[in-house]
This record gives sequence, C-alpha cells and structure tokens, in this order.
Amino acid sequence: MRKLRRMRSSILLLLVLFAAGCSDRPWNDPYPASQDGKNILYSSFSERPKHLDPARSYSSNEWTFIEQIYEAPLQYHYLKRPYTLVPRAAARMPEVWYEDAQGHRLPRRPPGGKGIAATVYEISIRPGIRYAPHPCFAKDARGGYLYHHLQERDLLSVHRLSDFPVTGTRELTAADYVYEIKRLAHPRLLSPIFGLMRRYIEGLDELGRRLKRDYDARREAGEAPEAIWLDLRRYDFPGARVVDRYTYRVRIKGEYPQFLYWLAMPFFAPVPWEADRFYSQPGMAERNLTLDWYPVGTGPYMLTENNPNLRMRMDRNPYFRGEPYPAEGAPGDAERGLLADAGRTLPFIDSIVFNLEKEDIPYWNKFLQGYYDTSGVTSDSFDQAVRVGSGGEVQLSPAMQAKGIRLSTAVAPSVYYFGFNMLDPVVGGLDERARKLRLAISIALDYEEYISIFTNDRGVPAQGPLPPGIFGYRQGKAGINPYVYDWTPQGPRRKPLSVARRLLAEAGYPDGRDAKTGKPLILYLDTTGSGPDAKAQFDWFRKQFEKLHIQLVIRNTDYNRFQEKMNEGTAQMFQWGWNADYPDPENFLFLLYGPNGKVKHHGENAANYANPEYDRLFERMRNLPNGPERQALIDRMLEIVRHDAPWAWGYYPKQFSLYHQWYHNVKPNLIARNTLKYRRIDPQLRERLRRAWNRPVLWPLGLLLLLLVLAVLPAWIGYRRHELATAREEAE
Amino acid sequence: MYAYIVRRLLYAIPILVGVNLITFVLFFVVNPPDDMARMQLGMKRVTPEAIARWKEAHGYDLPLLYNAGEKGMARLTRTIFFQKSVRLFLFDFGRSDSGRDIGYDIRQRMWPSLLIALPTLVLGMLVYVSFALLLAFFRGTRLDLGGVVLCVVLMSISALYYIIVGQYVIGKVMRLLPISGYDHGWLALKFTLMPVLVGVLSSVGASSRFYRSIFLEELGRDYVRTARAKGLRESRVLFRHVLRNALIPILTNVVAILPLLFLGSLIMESFFGIPGLGSYTIDAINRQDFAIVRAMVFLGSFLYILGLLLTDISYSLVDPRVRLS
Repeated sequence: MRKLRRMRSSILLLLVLFAAGCSDRPWNDPYPASQDGKNILYSSFSERPKHLDPARSYSSNEWTFIEQIYEAPLQYHYLKRPYTLVPRAAARMPEVWYEDAQGHRLPRRPPGGKGIAATVYEISIRPGIRYAPHPCFAKDARGGYLYHHLQERDLLSVHRLSDFPVTGTRELTAADYVYEIKRLAHPRLLSPIFGLMRRYIEGLDELGRRLKRDYDARREAGEAPEAIWLDLRRYDFPGARVVDRYTYRVRIKGEYPQFLYWLAMPFFAPVPWEADRFYSQPGMAERNLTLDWYPVGTGPYMLTENNPNLRMRMDRNPYFRGEPYPAEGAPGDAERGLLADAGRTLPFIDSIVFNLEKEDIPYWNKFLQGYYDTSGVTSDSFDQAVRVGSGGEVQLSPAMQAKGIRLSTAVAPSVYYFGFNMLDPVVGGLDERARKLRLAISIALDYEEYISIFTNDRGVPAQGPLPPGIFGYRQGKAGINPYVYDWTPQGPRRKPLSVARRLLAEAGYPDGRDAKTGKPLILYLDTTGSGPDAKAQFDWFRKQFEKLHIQLVIRNTDYNRFQEKMNEGTAQMFQWGWNADYPDPENFLFLLYGPNGKVKHHGENAANYANPEYDRLFERMRNLPNGPERQALIDRMLEIVRHDAPWAWGYYPKQFSLYHQWYHNVKPNLIARNTLKYRRIDPQLRERLRRAWNRPVLWPLGLLLLLLVLAVLPAWIGYRRHELATAREEAE
Repeated sequence: MYAYIVRRLLYAIPILVGVNLITFVLFFVVNPPDDMARMQLGMKRVTPEAIARWKEAHGYDLPLLYNAGEKGMARLTRTIFFQKSVRLFLFDFGRSDSGRDIGYDIRQRMWPSLLIALPTLVLGMLVYVSFALLLAFFRGTRLDLGGVVLCVVLMSISALYYIIVGQYVIGKVMRLLPISGYDHGWLALKFTLMPVLVGVLSSVGASSRFYRSIFLEELGRDYVRTARAKGLRESRVLFRHVLRNALIPILTNVVAILPLLFLGSLIMESFFGIPGLGSYTIDAINRQDFAIVRAMVFLGSFLYILGLLLTDISYSLVDPRVRLS
C-alpha cells in the first residue's frame, strides 16, 4: 500500500515536472509567474539605501527611490536642455522678491544686489494633491487618528507597515512643506544640508538651537531618542511660513539664487506631521518602522515592499494627481520619438521592482536575457556591448544590435580632477615657480590616454572645472585651456612635451632636478585604491611623471586616512571628483573659491586654492542670472584658474546606458532622478522576446549524464570484478 | 558531562570579552568615530559640527576605553567600549549606526544563509564521502590515480571561477535556472539549486582528497585486516567498519562548522544575490557600521565556541572511549 502511494506521488511529481517543462515559460525566469506580461519595470540596486527620509538622504542611489515618492515644489523639464526648472507640485514657478533691511519690498533687484537684506520665495502649490495611502492618516468613525496613540502591546503583531490594516490619505497643504523645512534643523535627523541652509534660510540656525534645547531636555528626562516627537508645527520661525492653505514663503538671508535648484530636491519635499507623529511612537523604531524606511509622499509611486536585503517595490500611487507627459522638448526629440506620448497622463508603468544585485556579471547576463530593462556598461561588458571606431565614434556591437538593444550616451555633470594642494611648499602657491611646475605636470598628464585606457573612452578631457551642459561652458576654440592645449582643425591637441620640459626648467627643475641642489625632484601623489586596476593606474601616473624625469611616489591609503590628509592639508597631489548638485556654474566654480578651502574652512575646495580676484568675481557671478554679464565673468574666472592651474583638470565622465527595444521615452537626465514616471514599456513584446531568448537547452544535460555513466561504468565493472574474484585471482 | 558543558560555556566568557576587545581596537584603529560619521553623513558638505552631532547622537562622543574625566567605575563604564559591548552578552545587538534593528536583520537574514549552507553541507558530505570511499576502494589503481588528479585539478580552481562558470553554463547557456536572485517560500528553491550545486562542486576536490586520506589511514589498521580475514566483502569492510571508525575526523570537520553555517558565504551570497548574513557582514564593513561588525564578530565567535563544544560532545557519542570530564 505504502509502495503504491509512493509510486503515485512519484508519478504526480513527474507529471508536475513534465507540465512545467511543457510550459513555454522560461525555466530561468527569476520572477514569479504572476508577474508575466505585467506592466512592471525591473531594475536593481547594489547597495541598500541608508536613508529614505527626505531630510537625511543625500545620495543618488537613495534619490532613485525617494524622488518617485516625494514631490518637491519644482522639477527639471524631462526633455529640455540645458536643464530647465519647471513646476512640479507648485502651481507655477515661485514668485521671488527682494527686501531691504527694513523689510520693505524692493521693486526690482538693485544693481550689484546692493541693499538686499533678504530674498523671499513665495510658492503656491496645486490644490487637490493627495498623499499615497498610509496608516498615519487612518481615522476612526469619530475622526480621531487610529494609530497615533499606540502602546507597545498594540505592536506585538506588527513587523512591517502593511501590518496596519487601515490606511488613509489627506490633501497636501503648504504647511507640509514648511514642516519639512523645519525638520532640516531637527537635532535627531542630522540633515546633511543643515550646515549649508542655516547660512541662508533666515532663523534656521536659531530654530536648530531651540529644537536641540527641547530635544536634549526630553532626552535627559529619560525619553528614548526615537520616541521623542517635537511637534514642529508649534515652532514658528521667520525662514518658512505658511501664507494660506496652498501657499508658503521661504525667506533667504541676502541673495542665493541657487535656492531655486534646492527647491527641486527631496530636502524641500513635503512631510506630513502625521507621519512624524506616527513613527515617533514607542516600539516603532525597534521594528524598523521609521520615516527613514517607509516614506510617505504624494508622488506617482509609493513604496509597497521595503526589503533592502532583497527587493524594493514601488507601485502606482492610487491618489496621484496625474501629470501630462511634456509636449515640447529639445531639438531632435520629436524625431527620436520622445514626444510620441505628449500630453498623455503619467506615470505609464504600474510597478517598479528593484532587485538587490551586488555584482555586475549576473546583472549583465540577466539584462541580456531580458530580465532587466536597462543596463549600464561596465568595463567587464564594454567590449561585448560597444565598438569604438578609429575616430572615437561609439556604436553598439552586432550582437547588441541583433537583440534590438539601444544605446544612449551623455556627458555627466561631473568632473574628475587631479588636484595640487596649494598650501604645499613645492607644488602650491601662486608664484611663478610653482605655477610653471603645475602647468608642466598638467601638460605631461595625458588624460586622453588615461580615458582610453581606464575608462574605455567614456570621458571627455576637461578644459576647466565646468563640464558641458552647464552654463558658462564654451565649446570649440573659445573653450580650450590655452595653457595646456593648442587648437587645431581636428580640435584641441595637448601641447608637446617639450613645452612641459621648458616650463619645468623655468620652474627651477631642469630635466627633473632641482637647479640649486641638483637633487632629483620627488613628488607625492596621495590616493586611495586597491587591486590590479588601481595598480595599473599608479603605474600610469609614474610613467607620466617620468616623461619629465620627475620621481613620483604614490602614497596609497584607505579612504579614511586620505580624508584625514585632505582635511589637514598634508597631501601634496591628489585625485578627486565632484558630481553636481544642480546645473549651475556656481556649483562647480565654488570648488575653487577661497573661503571654501578645505583646511581653513572645512569646505569643498580641496586644493585650498585662493586667488583674491577669482574670489571677487565668484561673489559677483554667483548671484547673477544666466546671461552675457555672467558669461563674461565666468570666462574671466576660467582664464584665472587655467593660468594658475590648481587642478590638472582631468576629465568629464560619459555615461553609457543600454536599454531594450520595449523600453521607451529614454532620455538621459543626469541631474534629476524623478524620471521613472516618464518611462514606458511594452510588456507583451518583452514577454515574447524573453520566451524566445530563454528556451532551455537540454542536450548538455544528456551529454553530462552520458559522461557520468561512462565514468561510473569502469568503476562498477571494477567493483564487480573485485567482489567476484577469488583471493588467488586477486593475488595474481 | 553537564558540568563539563557549563565549565566550557563559562570559559567562553573571557574569550568573548577578548575577541570583542580585539575587534573594538582593530576597528577603531582603522575607523575612528569621525570617519564613521563622515561615512554615515555622506561625502558632501559634511561640517565638523555635523560630525560632532552625529557622534553625540550615536554615543561615539565618549573616550574609547578609559574615561579620565569620570570617577570610580564610571571611568570604565562611561566609554564607547563598555556602552557598546555590555549588551552583547545578553544577545541584545541594539541598532545599527544607520538605525536598523540588528537582531531583526540577523533573524531575517540567517534563513537564506541556512537554505544555501545546509543542503550544500549535506549533499556535499554525501558526494565527498562517496567519492572518497570509491577512490579508497580502488586505491593504487588507474581509477584512483585519475580521481586524485581530478581532485587536484578541481581544488586548484578558485571558488569564484566555479560561480561565474556555473552561472554562465547553467543560467546563460543552458537557461535552466535563474542566474541570481532570491525569493521566499517555495519560490526560493529554484534560486538555491545553483548555489548549492556550485558550492558542492567547488569543494569536491579538497574534501574528497581529505576524506580519502582518512579512509586510507583506516584501511591500514589491524581491525580491517581482521575483518578481511573473517571473509567480509570489501564493501562491507568499507561501509560497516572503515566509515564508522573514520567518523571522528569527519565529525571534527563537520560539527565545528555547523553553527557557522548561519553566517553564510560571502562570495556566494554576493554573486547569487542571496540576502544572507555573509553579505550583511561585508556590507557593514564597507559602510563602516561598527554596530553590525561588532555584533557579527561576537556572534561568529560565540558560534565557533559552540561548534567546538558540540564537536567534543559528539566525540563522546561516536567513540565510547572518549569521556568528557
């Protein structure tokens, strides 16, 4: 009987396996069958996000999530270039006016900004915007909040947000934006931009002190830090005030025109007080239920699964107000089909699944199988994906073209540079000797070669601190660095090494030796890096310096030690980079502004460069609107820094992206992250191609079995012979 | 035996304190609290005030090991070491530096690690022992020679290579299983099959050779000669006598690592996208999250001690001549 039952089970199992085999669903499909043909975008993340709280998050991999969830007042136009700010949750662009020291509104900006005591931004938001469903809004029949007075015992069966059965929503108001601005000063949140914003937003510094005083008092009274709820609605401060239900004002000390760009970042997105209240209850933080992990916003998507160890999933926010796809774009966008969806309501995709994928190789293979919709190009997959022509033109490899994969490239608003510490006695200072030494090195460092070897040609040699696409950048002859490059009909060409050697001799180091002492010139490059790639780079740098007979000593340390050296100013030369916060020249030129020096002022000017004329021009330039006057100032500033050469300028990285034929509306936007709402996929086409590309290949299994039998057979024969042999036979 | 177990557990306390102290010193030599703060706050616009506030909020504003500003026992207790370590001994791991509940994360992540590690161990043992017995059976023949050569070849290949080739052949060329990923419940099975196969295969060479040498050593003993003299079949000699007597070194090998299976495999989890404890630890090291690193080292040390204790106990069960006292 038991034997019969076992046989039946075996037959059943075989039938199930056979049925699975007969289905044309790919065996290697990593997604559940319930997702077949669904309008889901598949993407990945390699590192779990540290923060999802808009006041704390300051990393592009985190903004990939929260920019879909939270709605700042402004956003960048998806298609227009140069990058243009447009309203998002705001009904229109903010009204901006200036006030004098007495608080009187000035009719217009005075020349040079003289007499401006404050700038006021009045922002009106669209009525009718609603938050995604969240338990913090849930109310009972009498209108009281269901989950605002929870005890530890109420949370015994709660482990994630979805364990709260009831959710609610409410309309977005201007007060939510003001609430979030106050959160920037919250002592527990440690917002990374509090230090910057307290210099600009009126009264934010004082608000921070008041909040800290009250917070510390409650901590000393024994309250757990995570359970302290400071009702920020009760803390009035002049920097941000509600005007009416849909309008609020932000008051900036003096002038800070770049503040508009900040209004497009999650730091200035709305946070409802109910969420803060809800998450501050005892027992919530112990269950990882915090705003840092379960965001609540008004954007097109809401986070429905937050398992940063495995998967993050966002689904369409059922209360999203809808937003039309842009009807106009940059020249050529219509031809590329980027305006085909003009006017249609966003978002197009129902869900976005981000899978944890730590390694490039599995990600790349799954992309080729159709299980990811888009992919970057790593150095491992570069040769497989892309062909670079002799003229530097880039095109897809035949294998990629056969799959219908498409390529998009864009120069990132970033710069990777080789810096000189201007406080260093050998390479630093503004005197001619050091300047010529730096220029000689700048010419010798062949970044064209570097880009070719180490980035697979994914970069553009830098001519200054401003990358393409940023106002002030000039193309062609007018944009080259004349101290390092010559202009030719083919474009900029690095000056010959003889020029570098002459400069080196004029600097007092003929043939790489100190003219006074005769000793060889030894320079030090402080860097971080490990592994074969880093070693190859170090060798390359040594080779570049050897061209000038300069001995280069690489001081390779871990990133912490490197940071320490940079903060103390003990590094001599270094490599560093900067990704733009916003597409304004101020965000790059401030990297060389004297009062922003790293050693003296703990700023981002890692070279500690300080040129009084440059600083004066910077102070004028930063508050000007884009136009001829600003361009003229930038031209002069670039001329100064190219002459002084505090950096060897390095290169602007290029981003390569691949995407499948079913993925539409792809236009690289390297400043904004809220772009998933514009994307569209064709799930039916994807499903069809996935099945065609992933039919199981079984013959190697048969071959393997055969090999196994062939391997076991002699053993079996030998065993049988051994067992059947007599002792005499064995001995013989 | 109970007294022995209690005594061994008590011995564990100073070992754990020592391990914790060494981890603490090594970690803070490489990662001072300022660097941890910088890492947590992000790389941009980090001011000294923000660093100071982060340290204060996370309890890293105290001296590391000795607080000269305090009196009495507070000189030792008002230190980062004491404040961050004492709760570990109650298995209260606290919160990570980014605010997550470490105990919860460990409980969540140990299952995927186990789901890979346990089948790999069981299946691996079956394969390694069978293969080693086969080689021992055919000792001195061409089959044995071929097997040993194969083992040497297999053990000369890096584990990473097995993973990449496994993913390429099974996932990409034959398209039989997903290349990487993970899911819960029954869906996890299709994601665990390839890591298990690769895990078993990557250790066939080294383990089979190790067990073969154990079996060969046993085969030279008197009791084997006696068994053969009695006319027992070779298969019976091997499976009934040799295998049983070879259990002690096998147990030493296996039981000691049993508790460590919880900790997962670093490379395997990373390449196959398994959300286990191996990747949890390496992520914490990369993020300079001392709270997690400390918890995982403590847990690892404790499990290792537990493993050694279990090995001792298993000796007494397998070999009646061994008595724990």
